[in-house]
Amino acid sequence: MPYIPHTDTDRREMLATIGVETIDELFREIPENLRVAPGTLDLPPALDEPRLLAHLWEISKKNVNLADVTCFLGAGIYDRYIPASVGAVISRGEFLTAYTPYQPEASQGYLQAIYEFQTMTAELYGMDLANASMYDGATSMAEAAIMSTGIKKRHKVAVSQAVHPHYRQVLDTYCWSMGIEVVVLPAVDAGVTNDYSLAADSACVIVQYPNFFGSIEDLATARAEADAKGAMFIVVADPVACALLKPPGEFGADIVVGEGQPMGVAMGLGGPMVGLFACKKEFIRQIPGRIVGRTKEAHGDKPGYVMTLRTREQDIRREKATSNICTNEALMALASTVYMIALGKNGMRKVATSSVQNTQYAIQQLTTAGAKLRFSTRVFDEFVLELPKDPVAVRDALLRKGILAGLPLGGYYTGMENCLLVAVTELRTRNEIDGFASALKAVLA
Amino acid sequence: MSKAYEFRTKRMPEPRLIFDQSNHGRIGCNVPVSDTPEVDLGAVLGELRQELHLPEVGELEMLRHFTNLSHINYGIETGFYPLGSCTMKYNPKINEKTAGLPGFASLHPMQPVETIPGALEILVGVQEMLIAITGFDEITLQPLAGAHGEMTCLMLIKAYFEAMGENEQRHTVLVPDSAHGTNPASAARCGYDVKPIPTNAEGNTDLEALAAALDGSVAALMLTNPSTLGLFEPNIEKICEMVHAVGAQVFCDGANMNAMVGTTRPGDHGFDCMHLNLHKTFSTPHGGGGPGCGAIGLKSHLEPYLPVPVIRRSEAKILADYERPLSIGRVSAFYGQFLMEVRAYTYLRAYGKEKMADISRHAVLNANYVRARLKEVLPPAHDRPCMHECILTAEKYKKENGVRALDISKRLIDYGFHPPTNYFPLIVPECLMIEPTETETKETLDEFCDAMIEICREAVETPDLLHDAPSSQIVGRLDETAAVKNLDVRWWPPQAER
Repeated sequence: MPYIPHTDTDRREMLATIGVETIDELFREIPENLRVAPGTLDLPPALDEPRLLAHLWEISKKNVNLADVTCFLGAGIYDRYIPASVGAVISRGEFLTAYTPYQPEASQGYLQAIYEFQTMTAELYGMDLANASMYDGATSMAEAAIMSTGIKKRHKVAVSQAVHPHYRQVLDTYCWSMGIEVVVLPAVDAGVTNDYSLAADSACVIVQYPNFFGSIEDLATARAEADAKGAMFIVVADPVACALLKPPGEFGADIVVGEGQPMGVAMGLGGPMVGLFACKKEFIRQIPGRIVGRTKEAHGDKPGYVMTLRTREQDIRREKATSNICTNEALMALASTVYMIALGKNGMRKVATSSVQNTQYAIQQLTTAGAKLRFSTRVFDEFVLELPKDPVAVRDALLRKGILAGLPLGGYYTGMENCLLVAVTELRTRNEIDGFASALKAVLA
Repeated sequence: MSKAYEFRTKRMPEPRLIFDQSNHGRIGCNVPVSDTPEVDLGAVLGELRQELHLPEVGELEMLRHFTNLSHINYGIETGFYPLGSCTMKYNPKINEKTAGLPGFASLHPMQPVETIPGALEILVGVQEMLIAITGFDEITLQPLAGAHGEMTCLMLIKAYFEAMGENEQRHTVLVPDSAHGTNPASAARCGYDVKPIPTNAEGNTDLEALAAALDGSVAALMLTNPSTLGLFEPNIEKICEMVHAVGAQVFCDGANMNAMVGTTRPGDHGFDCMHLNLHKTFSTPHGGGGPGCGAIGLKSHLEPYLPVPVIRRSEAKILADYERPLSIGRVSAFYGQFLMEVRAYTYLRAYGKEKMADISRHAVLNANYVRARLKEVLPPAHDRPCMHECILTAEKYKKENGVRALDISKRLIDYGFHPPTNYFPLIVPECLMIEPTETETKETLDEFCDAMIEICREAVETPDLLHDAPSSQIVGRLDETAAVKNLDVRWWPPQAER
């Protein structure tokens, strides 16, 4: 076995040094009735490397992948260009095969990169600071909500109906297990959150920016409503949109979370992703997850980086920790770091601007082709269409023409059975949008 | 000493923050140009942001930045990484290649499920192989990390007792004093009170203390087997019986599964559920602290409460089942860490039926070899064969020479090795927790042991060498107290200094 380098001589010499005759003797503390003989488990046979690759290649070909279709599907995960440099950096063994930087002197490379990640995440969101990342956008939001219940000492959270339905489902699960009530603020009529009355006594108010329908929420009103209820204000924000939009921090958000996938992370059927988590500095001691800080040598002047505020964490604080989180998503955070640097100020703005432009063009073309806009809200790169035919059937028909048209919303919202959620990123061309419009027209005819 | 490593790190240029390398007008990526009509952004979007302080650097400068940073970062591919409890084994390159296939990497999680039969085949394949290896009835791959898996297991237990009408009464979770910190933290996260259970002098669970703690208020015992002391719990069947006798559940922390793969199955031990760390046992890369990947296994009585979606075979097809009225709901947004599952699948198929047990057999062989070679200078905490890791104590150097386990670890860095885990488990004084894994050669282990023996000699003869270590890296020991006192967790643009 190539991954196990032992020769027969190695094994013999090692057993002699240990003072036993066989490897089996080393397992003598396991009761005999609990042991299984090597090679007897119900498993498929081993494959050599070329056969292994061929086998996985065969399986992968059964999927319809986005290299084969034109993607207008978003809903929280976006088909954005990933610069070649991202893969080159994150596949370096020094990064890929390291672990949590418990030994900072030998981990300065990663620690500095995460410090840069924290800086740029906080910058995009307009916040004081960010942590070293979370599992994904959904769990980041759930952790933020739970953090607010600890700070406000309240057992209820309020979340907009226009927050990603899967995020709300994760929130429900987390809150159920902690005995926290979740109320949903209506948004389905206007496409934006417009009634905060249920949020009374909540620890937080959560809205998404742009929201699940693509609409740009009025954060100033949301902030005022949260204040009126004595609640913290949490925003789930798309970091790419924040390259153009006034960032949530400038509206006074207390915590901003989001999915970092649009910044350099492969879609990969939704995993691994990278959760973003930023907040005001007054809350730094309550935040979950790792934080990297800059310091200097104990007996010298050179600057260096360490994991800091470690006393919040589970390995030190155990049941009193701010969260049970142990890992962050360092590798994906590194991918996003490379992305944010590669695009930089100008590139991020260009990507966001192109997305807006393409989206406006798509709205024009698709509404001419027989669809209607559901809401009259401002949108960034995503919008809801009303179709005169069943959106599931329309989507399936378009998929046969090589177009992944979007997400039918009937499964998520009652009253939206005729709706399709469409996203248009910077990658879509005029030609592709025209193709989508004419195919839609044909399907609707 | 690994001269090459020392050379590389010492000759490194001083790293600068990327923000200090920024120059107005540069860009590091050939960004796609839009060919649709221009729009008035303010008219479309409303209020726009004014400033955006992101770096402006060229592509080559950026790559040099990260290449230089990589040179001051230690990974498994740099050298031996015996970080106990973390299973830092080789991450095969073929796994990276298969996970990068477009038919896996370019899948949208919300594309129609009918268009991803291959992805479901991978998920079910991993589930079925893990069922065979662990002896559980069901596996779900929804949790995103080990701690997330622990939490999901406790949620299943909570839902189970809720269905039985016993949730109010069962509010306590028992956790041995040797457990990982994630165990009590996960229990607290699920609203449980945590009660510690002591470990006895032999390193086993104290059965008398356990018996005394067991009553109708207990929901679960969270047990790590093999324990964090690197020892197999010989009374495991009895312990599970005792817990079941009061109607409670037993959770297995699977951090140490590498000791058991192909040799013994936790499902046979009496556990009701367990979490696995695919990034430890099944070789998905640790990535500098994540992504983790946390499958869980469970017995059939917990099956109704599984998080959705449940990926399962139904006749000739594989389904993503959401029609689960008793489900705890979603614990993650989509299908779990899918590309990590592709890597784990690749790894499992490379070993297969014939070779799977080689993993645990060589992991245990390597750990016992290190233990045997070091026992004169660093005595094991317990006089028993260890499993996949050995727990040694440096107590005598602390008493006699003022040298702590941390000093030994820092000195190891100068010898070109990543240190073991220190000060865990908490119950062993001046603890060094060494997990070599099965993928290391005898030569590497010998070099490591020679270095450890030399360092122990230095501890007696020249203890300041250890106190001052490491001296081979880009920085010396860092001031962690100052990091907390003068918090600096981000760069600020010059005009915005706060």
